[in-house]
Amino acid sequence: MDWQFTFLLIGNGVLIGLMYSLIALGFVIVYKATDAINFAQGEFVMLAALLSAAMIVLMELPFWIGVIVAVIGMVSFSFGLERVVLRPLLGRPIVAVIMATIGLAAILRGLGPMIFGAETRSISLPVGDEPIYLGPFILQPVQVTGALVALFFLGGFTWFFLKSRMGVAMRAVADNQQVAQAMGINVERYFALAWAMAGIVSALGGVVWGAMLGVDVHVALIGLKVFPVVILGGLDSIVGAVVGGLIVGIVENLAAGYLDPLVGGGTKDFAPYVLMIIALMVRPYGIFGKRKIERV
Amino acid sequence: MFHRESGYFKTTYAADGGLYPLPIAKWTVLCLLTLFVALPVLTTSLLGAGSAEYYVSIVNLILIAVVGALGLNILVGYTGQISIGHAGFMSVGAYTAANLAVKFDLPFWLTLPAGGLMAAAIGIIVGIPSLRIKGLYLAIATLAAQLIIEWIINHTPAISGGSQASIEVARPTVFGYPLKTQRELYYFLLFFAVLAIVGTLNLVRSRIGRAFVAIRDQDIAAEIIGINIFRYKLTAFAISSFYAGVTGVLYTYYLGIANYENFLITTSIDYLAMIIIGGLGSVLGSILGAVFVTLLPIVIRLTMENFGTLLFTTAELNNIIPAMRLGIFGLLIIVFLVLEPEGLNRLWRNIRNYFRVWPFSY
Repeated sequence: MDWQFTFLLIGNGVLIGLMYSLIALGFVIVYKATDAINFAQGEFVMLAALLSAAMIVLMELPFWIGVIVAVIGMVSFSFGLERVVLRPLLGRPIVAVIMATIGLAAILRGLGPMIFGAETRSISLPVGDEPIYLGPFILQPVQVTGALVALFFLGGFTWFFLKSRMGVAMRAVADNQQVAQAMGINVERYFALAWAMAGIVSALGGVVWGAMLGVDVHVALIGLKVFPVVILGGLDSIVGAVVGGLIVGIVENLAAGYLDPLVGGGTKDFAPYVLMIIALMVRPYGIFGKRKIERV
Repeated sequence: MFHRESGYFKTTYAADGGLYPLPIAKWTVLCLLTLFVALPVLTTSLLGAGSAEYYVSIVNLILIAVVGALGLNILVGYTGQISIGHAGFMSVGAYTAANLAVKFDLPFWLTLPAGGLMAAAIGIIVGIPSLRIKGLYLAIATLAAQLIIEWIINHTPAISGGSQASIEVARPTVFGYPLKTQRELYYFLLFFAVLAIVGTLNLVRSRIGRAFVAIRDQDIAAEIIGINIFRYKLTAFAISSFYAGVTGVLYTYYLGIANYENFLITTSIDYLAMIIIGGLGSVLGSILGAVFVTLLPIVIRLTMENFGTLLFTTAELNNIIPAMRLGIFGLLIIVFLVLEPEGLNRLWRNIRNYFRVWPFSY
């Protein structure tokens, strides 16, 4: 067994996994607060990446302005989305919400390249390209930055939900909308807030992932990675998003390292879903997920 | 002439649940059927053989889509289980039939049910988690199933037939007569589409269909009144994937090639769009949705080719048309969900009811 290689795979897996959790976080926040499901999470990330690339590459603005524009753009986009599409669907069957976000994903995938152009653009984070050597690990600065951003947000949102007044109110809304309303919480405002927060997370996710993969429609494929991550961790748990991200990141890297030579490639995209199916069979609500009990 | 119900009184449950609620319905069905049977002949005499071939080919695509949409509607519309993996089941059917047809030289009347049954078997396996999970979790499980099926087909040369993951299949032969032109294939496809429509109509008014609707409306209550939820959910998955498998086989015979690129996740979404735009939980809705969704890209392409040149160059148009198709598609899904959740079927009923009571408002 070549331990150097294994460590390398695990180290990369951890970083990629944290970047997955950043994307998964947007999903978790929306689900936690509003019980709505965002199948367009990957397209959100793509939109943010396209926005920042348009600012940085096309209009040649400084990097930070691009990031700020992406954040503002995504926040207003998710606000509008909540108002126009999701609010009329409140109280409708879950199929309706799922289909609405799938429809949204189709719109973004269609219009994104139409507005911003279909070619791949590269944005670079201001961190350099020299790999960092850390004992047995060799780390890419882009991935390290992504992981740090993810950790920062994960910490921030954990604090927000546990300690801040708004976070507690949001948890109340998530737990029982009618009771929360009766206690004087403006439920609709918190729905909008949750979507806005998801917008911020997707915006930064878009910038980091865009810097790593290059910006075009394919960035949206990350959305497919969100599901294994949140299912493993639990749909309504921020800690779950981290743990799920780490598991998926490490498993897919190990699979790519050890199984690819045996079956001829592609296990990286395959292993997380197998893992997810097993998780759904054994523990459908995830590692940290809240078990819903149904009464007649 | 709009008061066609007048004077007919139903006195038994059997009459109330009949396939033809009114005597005039039989005549309508007969007229429609004659029209459809005569369609290739009519178009040929009206438009000439060349363009008739093209228009009939569009109708053929619709007929295939009708089968798939009906199957998905049984699962999503009638039973309330979400599936984003419908195209996965289609590819199972397509590759099963293609392998049987090429390797064992079997005729279509054996490979077609075999493809359907194989898809049904896979559908049952995918449906097993549906007892423990529902809603979002089930949607994600079927999504995973779709991706796993895609990956397996793509990475197993024994199934996918080596390079390009495609297998060429000979056109079907009926009584020793090979169907070559679109107009000949039309009858082949029409037969199966009608079979699927009649089958679904009969299924949803049977004991099984009522159990499906009960599970959709209140699964726990359904279990309490004695419906075996697990068995019926799996039945729904099996029937729905059987339809999907048959759709895949029909595509294979229609195109003359089994290729996984026709059964990607976007196809699953196309079919979901069909039943949502058409109307969830309705046979007519599935048909209307299939017509609408199949025609939409063709209409968009024609419009853009005729009027788009005013705004864009031809090279730009090639990029814009697929993007526009996707965008308009998503927009329509959302618009229907928000404004008319019961779809085209409901719009049709509204129009019909308006004329039925016309000139009064009720």
